[in-house]
Parts: sequence; C-alpha cells; structure tokens
Amino acid sequence: MSKVYIALQDNDESRYIVEAIEEDNPEATVIHMPAMIRIEMDGRLTVLRETVEEKMGRDWDIQELHLNLITLGGNVEEDDDSLSLHWNE
Amino acid sequence: MTIEIKTATLEPVRNTYAHIERRFGDKPATRYQEATYDVQSEKYFHYRPLWQPEKELNDPSRTAIKMKDWYDFKDPRQFYYGAYVQQRAKMQEVAENNYAFFEKRNLMACLPDGMEAKIIKYLIPLRHLEQGANLNNMYACSYGYGTAITQACLYNGMDRLGIAQYLSRIGLIIDGNTGDSLAEAKQAWMNDAIWQGIRAAVEKMIITEDWFEVLVAQDVVLDCLMHELFYVQFDQWLQDNGAQDIGMLTEFMQVWAKDNNRWIDATLKIAAAESTENKALLETWVSDWKQVISEALSPLAAEMLGSDALALAESALDKRLMKAGLFK
Amino acid sequence: MAKKLNIKDKYRLLTRDLDWEFSYVDRKDAFPFEEFEGIKITDWSKWEDPFRLTMDSYWKYQAEKEKKLYAIFDAFSQNNGHLNVSDPRYVNALKLFLTGVSPLEYQAYQGFAHVGRQFGGVGARVACQMQAIDELRHVQTQIHAMSHYNKFFDGFQDYSHMHDRVWYLSVPKSFFNDARAAGPFEFMVAIGFSFEYVLTNLLFVPFMSGAAHNGDMATVTFGFSAQSDEARHMTLGLEVIKFLLEQHEDNVPIVQKWIDKWFWRGTRLLTIVAMMMDYMLPNKVMSWKEAWEVYFEEAGGSLFKDLARYGIKMPKYAETIEKEKEHVSHQAWWIFYTHGHAAGFHTWIPSDEELDWLSEKYPDTFDKYYRPRWELAKEMEAKGERFYTKALPQLCTTCQIPMGFTEMDDPTQVCYRDSVYKGDRYHFCSDGCKDIFDDEPEKYVQSWLPVHQIFQGNCGGPDVENVLSDFYRMNLGEDNMDMKGSPDEKRWKQWKGVA
Repeated sequence: MSKVYIALQDNDESRYIVEAIEEDNPEATVIHMPAMIRIEMDGRLTVLRETVEEKMGRDWDIQELHLNLITLGGNVEEDDDSLSLHWNE
Repeated sequence: MTIEIKTATLEPVRNTYAHIERRFGDKPATRYQEATYDVQSEKYFHYRPLWQPEKELNDPSRTAIKMKDWYDFKDPRQFYYGAYVQQRAKMQEVAENNYAFFEKRNLMACLPDGMEAKIIKYLIPLRHLEQGANLNNMYACSYGYGTAITQACLYNGMDRLGIAQYLSRIGLIIDGNTGDSLAEAKQAWMNDAIWQGIRAAVEKMIITEDWFEVLVAQDVVLDCLMHELFYVQFDQWLQDNGAQDIGMLTEFMQVWAKDNNRWIDATLKIAAAESTENKALLETWVSDWKQVISEALSPLAAEMLGSDALALAESALDKRLMKAGLFK
Repeated sequence: MAKKLNIKDKYRLLTRDLDWEFSYVDRKDAFPFEEFEGIKITDWSKWEDPFRLTMDSYWKYQAEKEKKLYAIFDAFSQNNGHLNVSDPRYVNALKLFLTGVSPLEYQAYQGFAHVGRQFGGVGARVACQMQAIDELRHVQTQIHAMSHYNKFFDGFQDYSHMHDRVWYLSVPKSFFNDARAAGPFEFMVAIGFSFEYVLTNLLFVPFMSGAAHNGDMATVTFGFSAQSDEARHMTLGLEVIKFLLEQHEDNVPIVQKWIDKWFWRGTRLLTIVAMMMDYMLPNKVMSWKEAWEVYFEEAGGSLFKDLARYGIKMPKYAETIEKEKEHVSHQAWWIFYTHGHAAGFHTWIPSDEELDWLSEKYPDTFDKYYRPRWELAKEMEAKGERFYTKALPQLCTTCQIPMGFTEMDDPTQVCYRDSVYKGDRYHFCSDGCKDIFDDEPEKYVQSWLPVHQIFQGNCGGPDVENVLSDFYRMNLGEDNMDMKGSPDEKRWKQWKGVA
C-alpha cells in the first residue's frame, strides 16, 4: 500500500494539529525532523476540524492548516469539516 | 572599567544589492526597491516562445509604448507582495465585519420595496465586468515588461477577482444563499439590452492585442466611468432612497478605487511624460475607448440614473486625464 | 435564516460562475493557445478545483504568514543572525540559491501569470493566478531574506545580472525558459506537475531542514513559509494531470512524453541541489541519496501507481535516474571545485569528517570513485598547488551542464552523445538529453550556450578573466576561488575573534 504524508512546521499550533491527527489516525507514524514534523500513513490520512478544535479549545477553520503546512503527498479532499489524503491503487 | 563594543568589526561590506546601488546609490534600500528593481530577466533568452515565435520570452515590444527604462513605473503605494497582502488583509477584515453585521442585523429586510431588484439588475452584474477586468490585468501582467508595472497589474487582477466575489456575496445575501439572484443578474448581463453594449466592449477589450492599450481601456477609461456611475452616483441614489446600508457592502470597492487610482494615475502620467509619441498614442487609445465605452454605458446610465449621469462621469474622467498630462 | 453553503458550492458561485459565453467576439481569439499542442479539452466544466480559497481568505492567511516572516527577518538582521550559522562555508549554498533558484521563482510567476490568463476554464485559470502571485511572493521573500547576508558576504550582490549570463546559471535559467516557451499545457505538466509535485520537495524540504540545522533562521523561515503555499501548488499540479488524462484518451501519450521529458530535465537541474546537500551543508540532515529515496522514489512511486489507471507509466530513464543518486552530487561538486575560479561562490575540499560521512552514506561508490580524487586534491593543496582547470567545459546542448557525468554502469567513463541537425553536430550528456533534443531540435538549437558564446566573442574578453569580471561582473578575488583565504573567511574569523 502507498504511503500518504503531510509535513508541518514545528510550532505550537502544529503540536495541537499533530495531536489531533494522531488521535484520529492511530496507525500514523510521526517523525520529528529539524524544524518540521512529518506524519506518514498507509492508505488514507484525515485531519478532522472537530478534533483540532477540541485540542485547541477554539474555532479552527480547516483552511488554517495551510498556515503551518510544509508539504503533503496524496490526492487531497478538502471540505468544511476535514482534509484527507489518499492514493488510488 | 571600559566596555568595548566591537561594532567596527560588524560593519557591512555593502548596503544593498549592486543593481540597487547602481540606481539609488550606496545606501540601505527599501524592501520595495529590493523586491522590484531589475528582478526580471532582461537578456540572453534561450528559446523563442512556441506561442509567439516573433517575440522573446520577455519582450518590451508587446506594446507600442516605448520606455527608456521600464522601471520608471514606480508604484506610489510601493507594493511588493508582503505590503500588498497586508494592506488588503486590513481592508478585508473591515469588509468581513461589515458583511457579518449586515447579515446579523438582517439589514436587507430593511430596504424599501423593489430595492433588491434594482441591486440585482444594476450592481450584481458587475461581477462579470470585474471578471473581465481580472483577465485584462492578467494580460497586462503576463505580457508587460519589468517587475514594477507587471506586479502592480497582478495585484490589480487579484483585487478584481476579490471584488467580483464580494459582489457575488451581496447577491447571496439577497437570495439567502440559493444563488438565484446571481443567476438573475447573469441573465441581465447576458441578455438585457442595457448591458449588451458594455458586455460587447468588455469582450472586445479581452481580445485587444497591445497590453498597454488594454490597461488604458480597462483601468483608466472603463474603471473610471464605472466607478463614477456605480460607486459614486448609484451609491448616492441608494442613499437618497433609503438603501444607504448597501454602502457597508461596497465600502471595500470605494476604498480600493482610491488606492488603485493612485497607482494607475501615476502610471499614465509617467508613460505620457516619457515622449510625445507615447502621449499621442495614449490620447488616441483614450479617445477611441472613451467613445466605445461611453456609447456602451449610455443606455445603462440613462435607465439607472437619468440622462445627465454619463456626462457627469465623463467629466470626472477628463479631470483625471488632465492631471495625468493628457490632452494639454 | 439563510441556508449554509458548503465550501464547494460557495466556491462555485464565487468563482466558477463569474465566466460567461462570449457573444460578440470569437472565444478562440480570447484564448488562442489551447489547441496547438494537440491537447484536447472537451469540457472545462469538469475541472475539479484543487483548493477553494476565495480572495478574502487568501489575503487574510497570506498576510498572517508575511507578518510572521518579516518579523523574523527584522529580528534576524537586528541581531546579526548571520553570526549564528554553523560555518561560513554554509553561506555559499545561499549564494547559489539566490543566483540560481530565486530567479526561477520569478519565471514561475511569469509562467503562471501567462497560463492564468490563457486557460479558457475559469477554475484552472484562477488557480494558476494564485500560484502566480505566490511565486512572486517567493522571489521577493528570498531577496529580502538574503538581503542581510548580502551586506556581510560576497557573491550575492549581482544575482540578477549573473543569472542572465553566468555559465552554470544557464542550467536553471534555460530549464524555466524551456517550460515558458512551451505551450500552456506543457508548461503545466513541466512546472505544475513534474517540478512542483515531485522535485521542489527535494529542494525545499530537506534543504530547508538543513538550513535550520545550520543555524540559518532567515532561510528556514522563508523556506517553510514558501512551502506552505507549495501544498496548494502540488495539489494544482496533480489536478492538471488528472484533468488532461480524463478529458481525452489522445492526451495520454502527449502527457507521457512531457512527463518523460520534464522528469529528466528536472533531475538534471536538481544536480545543483544534490551538491548543496552533500557538500555545502556543514551540519548534515540527510544525504542526497536518502532525500531522493524519500521524496522521489517513495513519494513519486506512490504517485505513479496512482496514475497507472490512466495508462501513465513511470518516467522514461527512471532506472538511470535511480543509479544517478549514487553519483551526481560528487560529480557536480568536482566540476565546481575544479572550476572554482569561474564560480560566483567559494568551493573547498570536504573536511576529513565530511569525507567519512560521505563514505558512510555512499558505501557503494564514494570510496571507490570519488574519495581518491579528494585525497589527491588534498595533497596538491598541501603543496600549495590548489588545482583549477584551465579549459572551458563543453556543455550539453539540452541541460547545459558541463559534460562531466559518467556512464552509470561505468563511472570512470564520461558519457557523450551527439546528434546531427541540418549539418551541425550537437553534444549531450546523456540519452535523456539527446532524446529531448531529437524530439524538438528546432527549439534546442537556439540554446544560448555560455561557453559557445564566450568562444564566439559575445561575452567580452579576450581572456576568461575579462569575461568573469566585465561581462559577469564578478569581483575577482572576492566572489570566486577557494573558501580558504577568501575575504568571507577573513571577515568571519574577525567577527568570531579567531586567528
């Protein structure tokens, strides 16, 4: 199965986002690198607005993800509630 | 005890980039200067474009306007990307608050009877005109020469998309997010006789070849007349007829026009001052397009505002042209 | 109460619906370049928006990014941040970046502005316009980030003049000229897809992580801030490919040909990045080979598996490319080391620890082929005979890199290919570059090859020194030559108070 991935700048906001991703995608691998955090997963990875909001304790727009995003791999599906990445095999 | 601060060893070797120093002298430069001057590649292109083999990739001959130095087109606002987006972000924050307040207080419901229909017929179709302005400014951006003028055209192009989106949101407030008012306004743009003249003029502008002519037609002539008719006179009419709250939704366009005029007026002035040939050419373009656009706007202006509205708008344009040094 | 619009419907109404069918002019006159490449678009309305950012959100989010970024630039220069880099050699990577890469961002801005006007479909057009303005952002933030370094180090000052002229900078310049000179769809496959989706990750992600690791706060900040736009650009690149492949089956072979071409062109271009990572970052994050495996082989592999359903195959020469990861950084740095008098940045022999690191990271090739060269260079330097080659290199007509790459199955044999077109013979560094030429000879015979131009007397002279100082505007003895003994090194020692 192909791996999708997402990388975020290593900063305070990202820590909440990563925490949310880990909770919603228990199979994901989180790799800490200089100044960035890379998260990989087989198949499909989803960022849920609701979980991030819960972690941050405030409203969070899914498009705010772009502020801290470094790169991603996979087909992107974005709507009001989530952003997910997947490969078609 | 003496404290020795070794600042001498940390003296810079130079104050700015060499091409900036050649232009402005050996002193610290502004961010606008470093981000703008001589950034575009000038020479030794490797291949002719397949889509226009008679020209180089960057080629000043895509317009008949001639400049000794294309970097004379300094933007008085000194917008580089960062300054531009931060300025627009401030404007959008105000707009966002205005739209939110307008919706929350349901101010559309407070409008006099028949007002919504007028807004749909006269104001919302402008979103298509703005879309044409987006294309025209992107054209000038992509075929223009030198970072100074092309970046300003790009900012203008993106602004027009933003304005088209704000106009669309006015429609969505009216129709409660069904999109029906947008469809109705598009029908007017496509079929209503009063809009056909201006639509034809916009379409003609879109296929005009000389990018500086496009800039003159769109950003000088059409934008000035349109602004005077819709955002000055029609705005006044709305105020006089109990629909002054609509002004909250068009404030962005008002503030924008003021900001943008500063740039386009300076641009016109610089091009005209360069040579008598440029001046003559600009006057020809202005005259030709003024005729086309005035004729096109005439039935719309008459129906919307009355018979002397267009003449009033034209005199505002003439004043700006005079200030830019044309027709004197 | 009004119904809530979901993001997709809202974006459709606010953007896609702005377009209209022309009645008074021919649509083809407004969008004249959509057909000449042979691509068939039957229905622009099938375009899927890769991201749905309206201008108000764009301004808001981008302003937030810029505010953060410029706060860091200010802090960096106020606190003389250049003193915090790991080693002054590191700064040479930035010189290469500003002279070689930043002007490409500018060309990307121009290219995306062009397609952002010329595409007939409003969805694609607007996505390209946003990329155009992002690319302008990137070049300008890079100029601003380097502005402070320019004040304290040599070699940054005339980046724009140099980019148009200097021999090795014609490699990146011609790459983007090639894409921009192509039709709008080829441009998108070249830059939007091949370059943005796969190759820029290699530049921005591991290299910027390297910048962080070498104490360069300004660069890592602009790098990652630029990357935050890149996620949108990558998504656009992938959307374009899918759209073209879904529009018409006749598009498949055309797109495949472009993929083959641009992946090869791109890997050649990235040779510079390979060398930056393996040789120019004093504190190492990962080797070029490792980065290549993560970002090209693994990520690219998944991508091409995904595209297989359209009949798209891995790019041609993928096998050669796989072998090259063991060699290119070493071969490239050697070319620059030996031509260090003609480069606008400093070169050096890797330290013993660095040589050991390279041996460890390249167990199959480094000790066997490359370490002996450096051991010899060290001996010569110790005797006061630092080696500079006198000859001007022969350049590949397509990628314009000096012909120094070897046959991948025999790393002792330099690879030469040639073609004859209208009675003239043209030279290439590889099968990939020869095939690209053979497919469009009338384009590549136009190449402004810097070494040919010098020989033809178009770059001043008579000596190479005159070309370097007058035509390239290099400050000889300051910008060029070895790191050892350079003004950069002297100043650094002064700042740090070391002898």
